[in-house]
Amino acid sequence: MSALVTKSLVKRFGGVLATDHVSLTVEAHELHAVIGPNGAGKSTLIGQLAGEIVSDEGSVHLLGQDVTRLNTHQRARLGLARTYQITQLAKEFSALDNVLLAVNARAGHKAHNFQFWHNAHDDQDAMQRADAALATVGLTSMRNTLVATMAHGEQRQLEIAMALATEPRLLLLDEPLAGMSQGESAAMIALLKSLKGRYPMLLVEHDMEAVFALADRVSVLVYGRIIATGTPDNIRSNREVRAAYLGEEMP
Amino acid sequence: MTTQLALSQLLNGLQLGVLLFLLAAGLTLVFGIMSFVNLAHGSLYMLGAYFGAAAFTHTESFLLALVAAVVGAGIVGLLLDRFALTTLYQRDHLDQVLATFGLILFFNELIRIIWGPSSVFMQVPQALSSTVDIFGFTYPSYRLAIIGAGIAVALGLYLLIQKTRVGMLIRAGATNANMVAALGINIKWLNTLVFALGAALAGLAGVMAGPIVSVQPGMGEPVLILTLVVIIIGGLGSIRGAFLAALIVGVVDTLGRAFMPTLMRTLFERSTADAAGPALASMLIYLFMAVVLAVKPQGLFPASTSVTR
Amino acid sequence: MKFFPQPIVWSSPRTVTAIVVLALLAMLPIIAAAFDASYYVSLTTRILIYALAAIGLNLILGFGGMVSLGHAMYVLLGAYAVAIPASHGVTSGFTQLAIAISSTALLAAGVGAVSLRTTGIAFIMITLAFAQMLFFGAVSLKDYGGDDGLTVAARSSFGAFDLSNNVTLYYAAFIAVLVALYLSWRAVLSPFGLVLRGSKANARRAIALGHPIFQYQLVAYIASAVVCAVAGVLLANLTLFASPSYGAWTVSGELIVIVILGGLGTVFGPVVGAIILLALEEALPTLIEHVLPDYKSNWMLLLGLFIFVVALVLKHGVFGSLKSRSP
Repeated sequence: MSALVTKSLVKRFGGVLATDHVSLTVEAHELHAVIGPNGAGKSTLIGQLAGEIVSDEGSVHLLGQDVTRLNTHQRARLGLARTYQITQLAKEFSALDNVLLAVNARAGHKAHNFQFWHNAHDDQDAMQRADAALATVGLTSMRNTLVATMAHGEQRQLEIAMALATEPRLLLLDEPLAGMSQGESAAMIALLKSLKGRYPMLLVEHDMEAVFALADRVSVLVYGRIIATGTPDNIRSNREVRAAYLGEEMP
Repeated sequence: MTTQLALSQLLNGLQLGVLLFLLAAGLTLVFGIMSFVNLAHGSLYMLGAYFGAAAFTHTESFLLALVAAVVGAGIVGLLLDRFALTTLYQRDHLDQVLATFGLILFFNELIRIIWGPSSVFMQVPQALSSTVDIFGFTYPSYRLAIIGAGIAVALGLYLLIQKTRVGMLIRAGATNANMVAALGINIKWLNTLVFALGAALAGLAGVMAGPIVSVQPGMGEPVLILTLVVIIIGGLGSIRGAFLAALIVGVVDTLGRAFMPTLMRTLFERSTADAAGPALASMLIYLFMAVVLAVKPQGLFPASTSVTR
Repeated sequence: MKFFPQPIVWSSPRTVTAIVVLALLAMLPIIAAAFDASYYVSLTTRILIYALAAIGLNLILGFGGMVSLGHAMYVLLGAYAVAIPASHGVTSGFTQLAIAISSTALLAAGVGAVSLRTTGIAFIMITLAFAQMLFFGAVSLKDYGGDDGLTVAARSSFGAFDLSNNVTLYYAAFIAVLVALYLSWRAVLSPFGLVLRGSKANARRAIALGHPIFQYQLVAYIASAVVCAVAGVLLANLTLFASPSYGAWTVSGELIVIVILGGLGTVFGPVVGAIILLALEEALPTLIEHVLPDYKSNWMLLLGLFIFVVALVLKHGVFGSLKSRSP
């Protein structure tokens, strides 16, 4: 079963078609990358998938279930986890509490957290899961560090850790390499490589080199439309794609 | 006749509405551009009334009273912006609410020290002290003049904002303050201008209201709360919204107070109606606001439509 | 089961302050009796009542980031839940509390459900608007004093004991504060509190993780309103009076001042904030009298300036500025 299937997704802002009948699939175990020039509608697409932007037309199926009419938190509970292009973290929390917040919303876990008595840190099972997520991204040593004091690259890693802590069935990664130094990028690419195959992923990214190194398939979004989908090699040699990227570097 | 009564109450509502607009215009622009919640806006209204009343008593010229109120409140606004509030523009709304709440207490007490705790009397200017006949009923010409002046100011504001370069910046700032800053416009200068303009308009509202309300310490708060209702209903940062909402609130509030008790009497027993009528009348606009927000959280005429939730 | 929800660092300045303050409060009636200064008992009862209301507000303001400028309406409701039944001869504290809590929970559920559709400035204003509605509603209760309010003939009685004794009332308020502190401490650290704090820190992320934050905010809002209503019940008992002015928007403003003054996002902050603000309101007139006797009644000028300065410079509040752990 495909992890994600979208059919003819449309979003209009005023008269502008931000996404124009976007249909794509993310197969189980697949890393599917979406590339495109600035303003191509990538962020809108992610928003539509996550439910933060309500689509005008089309449908979204998550693991075979129609989630088109579900809102953001309901989709998240079904296993859709996302990261943000601009980090969205609880800045006044420790790294651990950020991840714990995610663990307590994990897919399949009980639907609510209306427990008022015990300290959230006394839940051994949740704490172990949180620590495991921190360990996966290599932030164990930052466990009790306040997010506001963490470096940008570390915050990006924490974004991933939070997504993983929800035990997702699909990862939406919105430019995870944005604003990173070269060293930080390399570490992040290695991390994504290690996650590849364990989770189906939809990766939106500007860094072509990273995309072609990581992706199983690549879709190219231009002016809200997907103009090509295929293996990295296919895409690299696609004429239309090269035309769309005219002036931009193609690896 | 009831239709005449209704018409005169409608005019009263319009008159309240234009006063509210003068206050709301400044408040909503300041919010739109600086994202600043200024609870002390009502204090500027009060200061305007006092400046005007003082000038009127000394000079017996209403024109000078107007000038004193507008210029005086404008200068106080300028000083507030320059020396007290600038650091607050970057803070969250909570700090702003708290600081300007403190300023309200400060100004109320300051007025009490200077002018005493009891209300100050301000006469209707001689030229406007008569009544006029409209459609067979008489209406105080002063109130009519307020409506005229308010609409004139609204028109002036419209021209300023739609037709001038400064107005263009104000509009841009209200929609996207960062963009204006990015264009290299000195946003501080724009802030000060807008704040002082808003203060001057509040002062104008104060002096115009002077002869028909009692000029006393704390007179700004009830008006402030009505004004807040106006800018919320109108949509934050929207001048057009503020104008329409001000008229709506003015008319709804006035008509509610005038006719709700009578209306209630036709539906309920007299004792129930007499008890609940005035209460319901005072609650009417708040109910209205709650309904508006429940249906359209952005207000009726939002300044800009945001892309994401 | 552990009594404290988290390990206590006994040497931290915050712990020491909290213990000293609570110990002094616990002994105050005894000290006052020794110095024959019973006036301070009722003054401090008032402080405790404001602290209680502020603890309630802090739940949503400090931990949920919801700036309610209308929480005095629940104090008002609590006070009238004492005064109106009392005027009909019902002095049972249990009945009055039941009325206060149930009517508040009901009202808060409605007000919260509408208000929480908005955020930021609109939330501030809509809560203010609802408080104004209740305020005018109370004014219109002509049978119950209208504008002037109504006196309460007798203090509430709770079966075997009643609150007619000032010291009893004091300890009732003190215990209410202790209970509220303890419960909010637990709630803040609980999974519920984690989500609530998460919704304050980053609402968008909390939703994207799968937390329906509206529900959490609403529950917190109702709980915080109920605490304020209990404060209202105590206030009516203290003053033997209930008036629309209890729900004036300036009272809501004062509650915010107390929370900020003590320290936003600290459990104990509201107690410190209430002590400072009310002591200041008490002391300022006397202080001014010594320097400028003519301006004794104008102490609000200084209070206003004080609040302004607090908002400008005191980011973490007095209690919040203390270290939570020893160095």
